[in-house]
Amino acid sequence: MASEHGQSPTDYIVHHMTHNSVGQGFWTWHVDTLVMSAVTAAFVALLLWLGARRATTGVPTGLLGFVEFMYEFVDGKVGEIYHGNRSFLTALGFTLFTWIIAMNTMDLLPLDLPSFIAAASGHEHAVWRVLPTADLNGTIAMAIVVLFLVIGYAIRAKGVGGYLHEWIAAPFGGHPVLWIPNLVLNAVELLAKPVSLGMRLFGNMFAGELLFMLIALLGMVAGEHLSGLLGIGPAAAFFAQVLFGAGWAIFHILIVLLQAYIFMVLPIVYISMAEQHH
Amino acid sequence: MDINATFIGQIIVFLILLWFINRVVVPMLAKPIAARQQKIAEGLAAADRGQKDLDEAQARANDVIREARERANQIVDQASRRSTEMVESAKQTASVEVERLLATGRQQIELDAARAREELRRDVARLSVATASKLIGREIDAAKHADILNQLATEI
Repeated sequence: MASEHGQSPTDYIVHHMTHNSVGQGFWTWHVDTLVMSAVTAAFVALLLWLGARRATTGVPTGLLGFVEFMYEFVDGKVGEIYHGNRSFLTALGFTLFTWIIAMNTMDLLPLDLPSFIAAASGHEHAVWRVLPTADLNGTIAMAIVVLFLVIGYAIRAKGVGGYLHEWIAAPFGGHPVLWIPNLVLNAVELLAKPVSLGMRLFGNMFAGELLFMLIALLGMVAGEHLSGLLGIGPAAAFFAQVLFGAGWAIFHILIVLLQAYIFMVLPIVYISMAEQHH
Repeated sequence: MDINATFIGQIIVFLILLWFINRVVVPMLAKPIAARQQKIAEGLAAADRGQKDLDEAQARANDVIREARERANQIVDQASRRSTEMVESAKQTASVEVERLLATGRQQIELDAARAREELRRDVARLSVATASKLIGREIDAAKHADILNQLATEI
Protein backbone atom coordinates (compact mmCIF):
# COMPACT_ATOMS: atom_id res chain seq x y z
CA MET A 1 0.00 0.00 0.00
CA ALA A 2 0.94 3.63 -0.30
CA SER A 3 1.40 4.01 3.44
CA GLU A 4 5.16 3.68 3.15
CA HIS A 5 5.17 7.17 1.70
CA GLY A 6 3.64 8.39 4.93
CA GLN A 7 0.52 9.64 3.15
CA SER A 8 -2.76 10.48 4.78
CA PRO A 9 -5.88 8.81 3.35
CA THR A 10 -6.78 12.13 1.73
CA ASP A 11 -3.38 12.31 0.04
CA TYR A 12 -3.84 8.75 -1.18
CA ILE A 13 -7.24 9.46 -2.73
CA VAL A 14 -6.09 12.74 -4.28
CA HIS A 15 -3.01 11.03 -5.65
CA HIS A 16 -5.19 8.43 -7.37
CA MET A 17 -7.65 11.04 -8.60
CA THR A 18 -5.11 13.28 -10.28
CA HIS A 19 -4.52 13.02 -13.97
CA ASN A 20 -1.10 13.01 -15.50
CA SER A 21 -1.60 16.15 -17.56
CA VAL A 22 0.21 18.73 -19.61
CA GLY A 23 -0.95 22.22 -20.66
CA GLN A 24 -2.97 24.97 -19.05
CA GLY A 25 -6.66 25.81 -18.72
CA PHE A 26 -8.81 24.36 -21.44
CA TRP A 27 -5.74 23.24 -23.34
CA THR A 28 -4.89 20.71 -20.68
CA TRP A 29 -4.25 17.26 -22.03
CA HIS A 30 -4.71 14.20 -19.83
CA VAL A 31 -1.75 12.17 -21.01
CA ASP A 32 -2.83 9.08 -19.06
CA THR A 33 -6.35 9.06 -20.52
CA LEU A 34 -5.09 9.64 -24.05
CA VAL A 35 -2.38 6.99 -23.85
CA MET A 36 -4.53 4.37 -22.13
CA SER A 37 -7.45 4.83 -24.53
CA ALA A 38 -5.12 4.74 -27.53
CA VAL A 39 -3.41 1.61 -26.21
CA THR A 40 -6.74 -0.13 -25.56
CA ALA A 41 -8.01 0.98 -28.99
CA ALA A 42 -4.89 -0.43 -30.62
CA PHE A 43 -5.31 -3.65 -28.63
CA VAL A 44 -8.95 -3.96 -29.69
CA ALA A 45 -8.09 -3.23 -33.32
CA LEU A 46 -5.27 -5.78 -33.30
CA LEU A 47 -7.34 -8.47 -31.58
CA LEU A 48 -10.29 -8.02 -33.92
CA TRP A 49 -8.04 -7.96 -36.97
CA LEU A 50 -6.17 -11.08 -35.86
CA GLY A 51 -9.48 -12.88 -35.40
CA ALA A 52 -11.23 -11.59 -38.52
CA ARG A 53 -8.21 -12.22 -40.76
CA ARG A 54 -8.88 -15.96 -40.62
CA ALA A 55 -12.60 -15.66 -41.35
CA THR A 56 -13.84 -18.46 -43.61
CA THR A 57 -17.18 -19.93 -44.50
CA GLY A 58 -16.16 -23.04 -42.57
CA VAL A 59 -16.34 -23.69 -38.84
CA PRO A 60 -15.04 -20.71 -36.83
CA THR A 61 -12.57 -21.68 -34.11
CA GLY A 62 -10.52 -20.00 -31.42
CA LEU A 63 -10.09 -16.25 -31.66
CA LEU A 64 -12.22 -16.08 -34.79
CA GLY A 65 -15.08 -17.72 -32.92
CA PHE A 66 -14.74 -15.17 -30.14
CA VAL A 67 -14.64 -12.21 -32.54
CA GLU A 68 -17.58 -13.59 -34.50
CA PHE A 69 -19.54 -14.15 -31.30
CA MET A 70 -19.05 -10.49 -30.34
CA TYR A 71 -19.84 -9.31 -33.86
CA GLU A 72 -22.99 -11.38 -34.16
CA PHE A 73 -24.13 -10.33 -30.69
CA VAL A 74 -23.77 -6.65 -31.61
CA ASP A 75 -25.17 -7.14 -35.11
CA GLY A 76 -28.17 -8.99 -33.72
CA LYS A 77 -28.91 -6.25 -31.19
CA VAL A 78 -28.51 -3.53 -33.85
CA GLY A 79 -30.79 -5.49 -36.18
CA GLU A 80 -33.48 -5.70 -33.51
CA ILE A 81 -33.44 -1.93 -33.00
CA TYR A 82 -32.65 -0.46 -36.41
CA HIS A 83 -34.48 -1.56 -39.55
CA GLY A 84 -32.50 -0.55 -42.60
CA ASN A 85 -28.98 -0.87 -43.90
CA ARG A 86 -27.20 -1.35 -40.61
CA SER A 87 -23.66 -1.99 -41.78
CA PHE A 88 -22.28 1.25 -40.33
CA LEU A 89 -24.36 1.08 -37.17
CA THR A 90 -23.08 -2.44 -36.53
CA ALA A 91 -19.55 -1.09 -36.89
CA LEU A 92 -20.41 1.75 -34.49
CA GLY A 93 -21.91 -0.60 -31.93
CA PHE A 94 -19.05 -3.05 -32.35
CA THR A 95 -16.50 -0.27 -31.83
CA LEU A 96 -18.24 1.13 -28.74
CA PHE A 97 -18.83 -2.29 -27.20
CA THR A 98 -15.34 -3.71 -27.65
CA TRP A 99 -13.46 -0.51 -26.90
CA ILE A 100 -15.47 0.34 -23.78
CA ILE A 101 -15.04 -3.22 -22.48
CA ALA A 102 -11.29 -2.93 -23.02
CA MET A 103 -11.12 0.48 -21.32
CA ASN A 104 -13.40 -0.47 -18.44
CA THR A 105 -11.38 -3.61 -17.82
CA MET A 106 -8.43 -1.37 -16.93
CA ASP A 107 -10.32 -0.73 -13.71
CA LEU A 108 -9.63 -4.31 -12.68
CA LEU A 109 -5.88 -3.78 -12.77
CA PRO A 110 -4.36 -3.45 -9.29
CA LEU A 111 -5.05 0.06 -8.07
CA ASP A 112 -1.48 0.84 -7.10
CA LEU A 113 0.17 -0.80 -10.10
CA PRO A 114 0.85 2.54 -11.87
CA SER A 115 2.25 4.07 -8.67
CA PHE A 116 4.35 1.00 -8.16
CA ILE A 117 5.76 1.19 -11.69
CA ALA A 118 6.31 4.93 -11.29
CA ALA A 119 8.11 4.43 -7.99
CA ALA A 120 10.18 1.60 -9.44
CA SER A 121 11.26 3.84 -12.32
CA GLY A 122 12.22 6.65 -9.94
CA HIS A 123 9.22 8.97 -10.37
CA GLU A 124 7.76 8.60 -6.90
CA HIS A 125 5.23 11.38 -7.22
CA ALA A 126 4.08 10.66 -10.77
CA VAL A 127 0.34 10.13 -11.19
CA TRP A 128 -1.29 7.85 -13.74
CA ARG A 129 -4.98 7.02 -13.99
CA VAL A 130 -5.44 3.85 -15.96
CA LEU A 131 -9.18 4.14 -16.56
CA PRO A 132 -10.06 6.38 -19.54
CA THR A 133 -13.80 5.90 -18.95
CA ALA A 134 -13.47 7.39 -15.46
CA ASP A 135 -12.39 10.61 -17.19
CA LEU A 136 -15.38 12.65 -18.32
CA ASN A 137 -13.41 13.68 -21.41
CA GLY A 138 -13.23 10.07 -22.53
CA THR A 139 -16.93 9.34 -22.25
CA ILE A 140 -18.13 12.74 -23.46
CA ALA A 141 -15.93 12.40 -26.54
CA MET A 142 -17.78 9.25 -27.58
CA ALA A 143 -21.11 10.84 -26.70
CA ILE A 144 -20.30 13.86 -28.90
CA VAL A 145 -19.54 11.61 -31.86
CA VAL A 146 -22.87 9.87 -31.21
CA LEU A 147 -24.60 13.28 -31.06
CA PHE A 148 -23.27 14.22 -34.49
CA LEU A 149 -24.28 10.83 -35.86
CA VAL A 150 -27.81 11.31 -34.50
CA ILE A 151 -28.04 14.71 -36.23
CA GLY A 152 -26.49 13.33 -39.40
CA TYR A 153 -28.88 10.38 -39.60
CA ALA A 154 -31.86 12.65 -38.90
CA ILE A 155 -30.84 15.01 -41.72
CA ARG A 156 -30.22 12.11 -44.07
CA ALA A 157 -33.70 10.72 -43.37
CA LYS A 158 -35.63 14.01 -43.44
CA GLY A 159 -33.50 16.45 -45.43
CA VAL A 160 -32.09 19.70 -44.03
CA GLY A 161 -35.45 21.47 -44.43
CA GLY A 162 -37.41 18.68 -42.83
CA TYR A 163 -34.98 18.45 -39.93
CA LEU A 164 -35.05 22.22 -39.26
CA HIS A 165 -38.82 22.23 -39.56
CA GLU A 166 -39.02 19.54 -36.92
CA TRP A 167 -36.95 21.72 -34.59
CA ILE A 168 -39.61 24.41 -34.54
CA ALA A 169 -42.77 22.45 -35.35
CA ALA A 170 -42.48 19.35 -33.16
CA PRO A 171 -43.68 18.14 -30.74
CA PHE A 172 -46.34 20.79 -29.96
CA GLY A 173 -47.31 21.86 -33.49
CA GLY A 174 -46.43 24.38 -36.20
CA HIS A 175 -48.13 27.49 -34.81
CA PRO A 176 -45.62 30.40 -34.57
CA VAL A 177 -46.41 30.89 -30.88
CA LEU A 178 -45.17 27.37 -30.22
CA TRP A 179 -41.87 27.77 -32.07
CA ILE A 180 -39.93 28.84 -29.01
CA PRO A 181 -41.23 26.06 -26.70
CA ASN A 182 -40.58 23.53 -29.45
CA LEU A 183 -37.07 24.82 -29.93
CA VAL A 184 -36.29 24.69 -26.22
CA LEU A 185 -37.73 21.22 -25.78
CA ASN A 186 -35.89 19.87 -28.80
CA ALA A 187 -32.61 21.34 -27.58
CA VAL A 188 -33.10 19.69 -24.20
CA GLU A 189 -34.08 16.42 -25.81
CA LEU A 190 -31.12 16.44 -28.18
CA LEU A 191 -28.54 17.38 -25.56
CA ALA A 192 -29.91 15.12 -22.84
CA LYS A 193 -29.00 12.07 -24.88
CA PRO A 194 -25.22 12.49 -25.18
CA VAL A 195 -24.94 14.04 -21.72
CA SER A 196 -26.75 11.17 -20.06
CA LEU A 197 -24.81 8.69 -22.18
CA GLY A 198 -21.43 10.16 -21.24
CA MET A 199 -22.30 10.85 -17.62
CA ARG A 200 -23.72 7.37 -17.04
CA LEU A 201 -20.56 5.59 -18.12
CA PHE A 202 -18.33 8.14 -16.39
CA GLY A 203 -20.33 7.98 -13.17
CA ASN A 204 -20.34 4.20 -13.01
CA MET A 205 -16.66 3.81 -13.69
CA PHE A 206 -15.63 6.74 -11.50
CA ALA A 207 -17.67 5.37 -8.61
CA GLY A 208 -16.22 1.92 -9.16
CA GLU A 209 -12.71 3.28 -9.13
CA LEU A 210 -13.43 5.35 -6.02
CA LEU A 211 -14.79 2.32 -4.22
CA PHE A 212 -11.61 0.41 -5.04
CA MET A 213 -9.65 3.28 -3.50
CA LEU A 214 -11.76 3.24 -0.34
CA ILE A 215 -11.31 -0.52 -0.06
CA ALA A 216 -7.57 -0.01 -0.49
CA LEU A 217 -7.61 2.41 2.45
CA LEU A 218 -8.58 -0.55 4.66
CA GLY A 219 -5.26 -2.07 3.72
CA MET A 220 -3.56 1.21 4.55
CA VAL A 221 -5.00 1.03 8.07
CA ALA A 222 -3.69 -2.51 8.40
CA GLY A 223 -0.28 -1.51 7.04
CA GLU A 224 0.21 1.46 9.38
CA HIS A 225 -0.33 -0.69 12.44
CA LEU A 226 1.78 -3.56 11.18
CA SER A 227 4.98 -2.28 12.80
CA GLY A 228 3.28 -1.40 16.06
CA LEU A 229 0.70 -3.31 17.99
CA LEU A 230 -0.77 -6.32 16.26
CA GLY A 231 -4.40 -6.26 17.22
CA ILE A 232 -7.76 -7.39 16.04
CA GLY A 233 -8.49 -4.08 14.31
CA PRO A 234 -5.67 -4.16 11.74
CA ALA A 235 -6.20 -7.84 11.03
CA ALA A 236 -9.91 -7.25 10.49
CA ALA A 237 -9.10 -4.33 8.20
CA PHE A 238 -6.76 -6.52 6.17
CA PHE A 239 -9.31 -9.31 5.76
CA ALA A 240 -12.00 -6.78 4.96
CA GLN A 241 -9.81 -5.33 2.22
CA VAL A 242 -9.22 -8.75 0.69
CA LEU A 243 -12.87 -9.75 0.96
CA PHE A 244 -14.40 -6.48 -0.25
CA GLY A 245 -11.72 -6.00 -2.89
CA ALA A 246 -12.35 -9.44 -4.37
CA GLY A 247 -16.13 -9.08 -4.08
CA TRP A 248 -16.23 -5.66 -5.67
CA ALA A 249 -13.84 -6.75 -8.44
CA ILE A 250 -16.07 -9.71 -9.30
CA PHE A 251 -19.17 -7.53 -9.23
CA HIS A 252 -17.33 -4.92 -11.25
CA ILE A 253 -16.86 -7.39 -14.12
CA LEU A 254 -20.63 -7.21 -14.49
CA ILE A 255 -20.60 -3.40 -14.47
CA VAL A 256 -17.77 -3.36 -17.04
CA LEU A 257 -19.85 -5.43 -19.45
CA LEU A 258 -23.19 -3.87 -18.60
CA GLN A 259 -22.01 -0.30 -19.12
CA ALA A 260 -20.38 -1.24 -22.41
CA TYR A 261 -23.63 -2.90 -23.47
CA ILE A 262 -25.69 0.16 -22.52
CA PHE A 263 -23.32 2.48 -24.34
CA MET A 264 -23.59 0.24 -27.41
CA VAL A 265 -27.40 -0.06 -27.46
CA LEU A 266 -28.47 3.51 -26.61
CA PRO A 267 -26.73 5.26 -29.56
CA ILE A 268 -28.42 2.81 -31.91
CA VAL A 269 -31.75 3.56 -30.23
CA TYR A 270 -31.14 7.31 -30.51
CA ILE A 271 -30.21 7.05 -34.17
CA SER A 272 -33.23 4.93 -35.08
CA MET A 273 -35.43 7.38 -33.15
CA ALA A 274 -33.87 10.29 -35.01
CA GLU A 275 -34.86 8.76 -38.33
CA GLN A 276 -38.51 8.49 -37.38
CA HIS A 277 -40.85 11.31 -38.33
CA HIS A 278 -42.67 13.04 -35.54
CA MET B 1 -13.21 15.67 -13.74
CA ASP B 2 -12.99 18.84 -15.72
CA ILE B 3 -13.68 19.01 -19.43
CA ASN B 4 -10.63 20.06 -21.37
CA ALA B 5 -8.82 19.47 -24.63
CA THR B 6 -8.45 15.77 -23.81
CA PHE B 7 -11.86 15.08 -25.29
CA ILE B 8 -10.63 16.27 -28.70
CA GLY B 9 -7.92 13.64 -28.59
CA GLN B 10 -10.45 11.07 -27.41
CA ILE B 11 -12.71 11.89 -30.35
CA ILE B 12 -9.79 11.39 -32.73
CA VAL B 13 -8.90 8.03 -31.15
CA PHE B 14 -12.54 6.97 -31.31
CA LEU B 15 -12.94 7.99 -34.95
CA ILE B 16 -9.76 6.15 -35.96
CA LEU B 17 -10.94 2.95 -34.23
CA LEU B 18 -14.44 3.38 -35.69
CA TRP B 19 -12.98 3.85 -39.17
CA PHE B 20 -10.77 0.76 -38.79
CA ILE B 21 -13.61 -1.44 -37.55
CA ASN B 22 -16.06 -0.11 -40.16
CA ARG B 23 -13.67 -0.38 -43.08
CA VAL B 24 -11.53 -3.40 -42.17
CA VAL B 25 -12.96 -5.63 -39.47
CA VAL B 26 -16.68 -5.65 -40.30
CA PRO B 27 -16.20 -6.33 -44.05
CA MET B 28 -13.77 -9.13 -43.15
CA LEU B 29 -16.43 -10.74 -40.96
CA ALA B 30 -19.74 -9.89 -42.64
CA LYS B 31 -19.16 -11.66 -45.95
CA PRO B 32 -17.89 -15.02 -44.61
CA ILE B 33 -20.64 -15.06 -41.97
CA ALA B 34 -23.33 -14.38 -44.57
CA ALA B 35 -21.84 -17.03 -46.87
CA ARG B 36 -21.70 -19.51 -44.01
CA GLN B 37 -25.32 -18.81 -43.07
CA GLN B 38 -26.26 -19.43 -46.70
CA LYS B 39 -24.31 -22.69 -46.63
CA ILE B 40 -25.93 -23.81 -43.39
CA ALA B 41 -29.39 -22.97 -44.73
CA GLU B 42 -28.67 -24.97 -47.87
CA GLY B 43 -27.34 -27.85 -45.81
CA LEU B 44 -30.47 -27.89 -43.66
CA ALA B 45 -32.68 -27.76 -46.73
CA ALA B 46 -30.71 -30.66 -48.25
CA ALA B 47 -31.10 -32.62 -45.04
CA ASP B 48 -34.85 -32.02 -45.13
CA ARG B 49 -34.97 -33.14 -48.76
CA GLY B 50 -32.94 -36.23 -47.91
CA GLN B 51 -35.28 -37.07 -45.05
CA LYS B 52 -38.28 -36.71 -47.35
CA ASP B 53 -36.63 -38.89 -50.01
CA LEU B 54 -35.84 -41.47 -47.36
CA ASP B 55 -39.44 -41.47 -46.15
CA GLU B 56 -40.70 -41.91 -49.69
CA ALA B 57 -38.25 -44.72 -50.37
CA GLN B 58 -39.29 -46.37 -47.10
CA ALA B 59 -42.95 -46.18 -48.11
CA ARG B 60 -42.13 -47.56 -51.55
CA ALA B 61 -40.10 -50.38 -50.04
CA ASN B 62 -42.99 -51.20 -47.71
CA ASP B 63 -45.36 -51.36 -50.69
CA VAL B 64 -43.00 -53.66 -52.56
CA ILE B 65 -42.61 -55.91 -49.55
CA ARG B 66 -46.37 -56.10 -49.00
CA GLU B 67 -46.94 -56.93 -52.66
CA ALA B 68 -44.25 -59.60 -52.55
CA ARG B 69 -45.74 -61.11 -49.44
CA GLU B 70 -49.21 -61.23 -51.03
CA ARG B 71 -47.76 -62.79 -54.16
CA ALA B 72 -45.87 -65.36 -52.11
CA ASN B 73 -49.04 -66.25 -50.23
CA GLN B 74 -50.87 -66.64 -53.51
CA ILE B 75 -48.14 -68.92 -54.82
CA VAL B 76 -48.16 -71.02 -51.66
CA ASP B 77 -51.95 -71.32 -51.85
CA GLN B 78 -51.78 -72.29 -55.47
CA ALA B 79 -49.09 -74.85 -54.79
CA SER B 80 -50.94 -76.43 -51.90
CA ARG B 81 -54.15 -76.53 -53.93
CA ARG B 82 -52.27 -78.05 -56.81
CA SER B 83 -50.60 -80.64 -54.61
CA THR B 84 -53.94 -81.61 -53.10
CA GLU B 85 -55.31 -81.99 -56.59
CA MET B 86 -52.36 -84.10 -57.61
CA VAL B 87 -52.72 -86.35 -54.58
CA GLU B 88 -56.45 -86.69 -55.28
CA SER B 89 -55.92 -87.56 -58.90
CA ALA B 90 -53.13 -89.99 -58.00
CA LYS B 91 -55.43 -91.65 -55.49
CA GLN B 92 -58.13 -91.90 -58.13
CA THR B 93 -55.73 -93.33 -60.68
CA ALA B 94 -54.45 -95.75 -58.12
CA SER B 95 -57.93 -96.98 -57.12
CA VAL B 96 -58.90 -97.36 -60.79
CA GLU B 97 -55.75 -99.35 -61.32
CA VAL B 98 -56.47 -101.42 -58.26
CA GLU B 99 -59.97 -102.12 -59.55
CA ARG B 100 -58.63 -103.04 -62.92
CA LEU B 101 -55.97 -105.33 -61.42
CA LEU B 102 -58.52 -106.93 -59.14
CA ALA B 103 -60.88 -107.50 -62.08
CA THR B 104 -58.07 -108.98 -64.11
CA GLY B 105 -57.08 -111.22 -61.21
CA ARG B 106 -60.62 -112.30 -60.67
CA GLN B 107 -61.08 -113.05 -64.34
CA GLN B 108 -57.86 -115.04 -64.32
CA ILE B 109 -59.00 -116.96 -61.29
CA GLU B 110 -62.37 -117.70 -62.88
CA LEU B 111 -60.67 -118.71 -66.09
CA ASP B 112 -58.30 -121.02 -64.23
CA ALA B 113 -61.11 -122.45 -62.18
CA ALA B 114 -63.18 -123.05 -65.33
CA ARG B 115 -60.26 -124.66 -67.00
CA ALA B 116 -59.60 -126.84 -63.96
CA ARG B 117 -63.25 -127.76 -63.81
CA GLU B 118 -63.21 -128.66 -67.48
CA GLU B 119 -60.14 -130.78 -67.01
CA LEU B 120 -61.60 -132.39 -63.95
CA ARG B 121 -64.81 -133.12 -65.85
CA ARG B 122 -62.91 -134.62 -68.68
CA ASP B 123 -60.85 -136.73 -66.27
CA VAL B 124 -63.99 -137.83 -64.42
CA ALA B 125 -65.63 -138.85 -67.71
CA ARG B 126 -62.57 -140.69 -68.81
CA LEU B 127 -62.16 -142.38 -65.44
CA SER B 128 -65.85 -143.21 -65.30
CA VAL B 129 -65.70 -144.75 -68.73
CA ALA B 130 -62.59 -146.66 -67.76
CA THR B 131 -64.08 -147.81 -64.52
CA ALA B 132 -67.34 -148.73 -66.07
CA SER B 133 -65.55 -150.66 -68.83
CA LYS B 134 -63.71 -152.62 -66.26
CA LEU B 135 -66.90 -153.26 -64.30
CA ILE B 136 -68.88 -154.33 -67.33
CA GLY B 137 -65.97 -156.03 -68.82
CA ARG B 138 -66.40 -154.67 -72.19
CA GLU B 139 -65.78 -151.63 -74.06
CA ILE B 140 -68.33 -148.97 -73.89
CA ASP B 141 -68.82 -147.18 -77.06
CA ALA B 142 -68.09 -143.72 -76.11
CA ALA B 143 -70.08 -142.36 -78.94
CA LYS B 144 -73.08 -144.51 -78.17
CA HIS B 145 -73.18 -143.56 -74.53
CA ALA B 146 -72.08 -140.08 -74.90
CA ASP B 147 -75.37 -138.72 -73.55
CA ILE B 148 -74.95 -140.76 -70.34
CA LEU B 149 -71.39 -139.65 -69.95
CA ASN B 150 -72.24 -136.09 -70.56
CA GLN B 151 -75.01 -136.27 -68.00
CA LEU B 152 -72.57 -137.78 -65.56
CA ALA B 153 -70.00 -135.12 -66.17
CA THR B 154 -72.59 -132.45 -65.65
CA GLU B 155 -73.67 -133.97 -62.39
CA ILE B 156 -70.15 -134.00 -61.14
